[in-house]
Amino acid sequence: MELLAENFGDILVIRADQDRIDAACAIRFKDQMRDLTQKPAARIILDMSQVAFIDSSGLGAIVAAMKAIGPDKQLELSGLTGTVQKVFRLTRMDTIFKIHDTLAFGVAKAS
Amino acid sequence: MTDVQIDQPQRQARIAIKSDFLAIRHGLHSLLAQEPLAGLSQDCRGRAEIVIAEALNNIVEHAYGDASGDIEILVGLDGLGLCCQISDHGRPMPNGQLPAGLPHILDDCQDLPEGGFGWFLIRSLAQDLTYRRSGNQNRLHFRMAT
Repeated sequence: MELLAENFGDILVIRADQDRIDAACAIRFKDQMRDLTQKPAARIILDMSQVAFIDSSGLGAIVAAMKAIGPDKQLELSGLTGTVQKVFRLTRMDTIFKIHDTLAFGVAKAS
Repeated sequence: MTDVQIDQPQRQARIAIKSDFLAIRHGLHSLLAQEPLAGLSQDCRGRAEIVIAEALNNIVEHAYGDASGDIEILVGLDGLGLCCQISDHGRPMPNGQLPAGLPHILDDCQDLPEGGFGWFLIRSLAQDLTYRRSGNQNRLHFRMAT
């Protein structure tokens, strides 16, 4: 299992328990995210602190996961590591997602 | 201070992989674990991994498509920085040219692009990009600052 879902009150936290989200696993990631985000939740945070690398396919899968959640809810991210941050910054996706430094900050913050 | 390096490090790495996404993952792992990439800063290793990964993804997806084939990656370090050459025997680039890799305009959250970031990332991070088709071989060459 590469994505672990857990509820903190009305926040659904999904931890990416894998060191990369790349072209080799992007479709599986997208499918798993779609299943996990079916649960009702006020907020959804994807924690990426274990993810050391993401490529454009992985980024596309995260965008697809956000779009699948629907327009009235956002997919928030936490714990972006160095190279992952670079990809988000260069593509300007860091302006689209709400990004928390750590999962703890994300959970503590009222939306 | 860490240990002083006495032996001359190996300045060039060469690996060959099959055209599939898992082979890319393993190939990158192996490249990053050996000189010259192993000895560079985390920032430089990260940039190199992004660019090489995107170039390889494109070869698997577009040059070979469903066909099988081999890809060779050469990474060297010289006085100017990192130089990298990637070759394959897949289809040539459309019109014999590298894609423009223009940035996406991100203005509508429900209409965000789910792909097409690859060449933009390559062009953002690599310098002196050149592409040559010679015979049935594609050869991509680029440099990166260390």
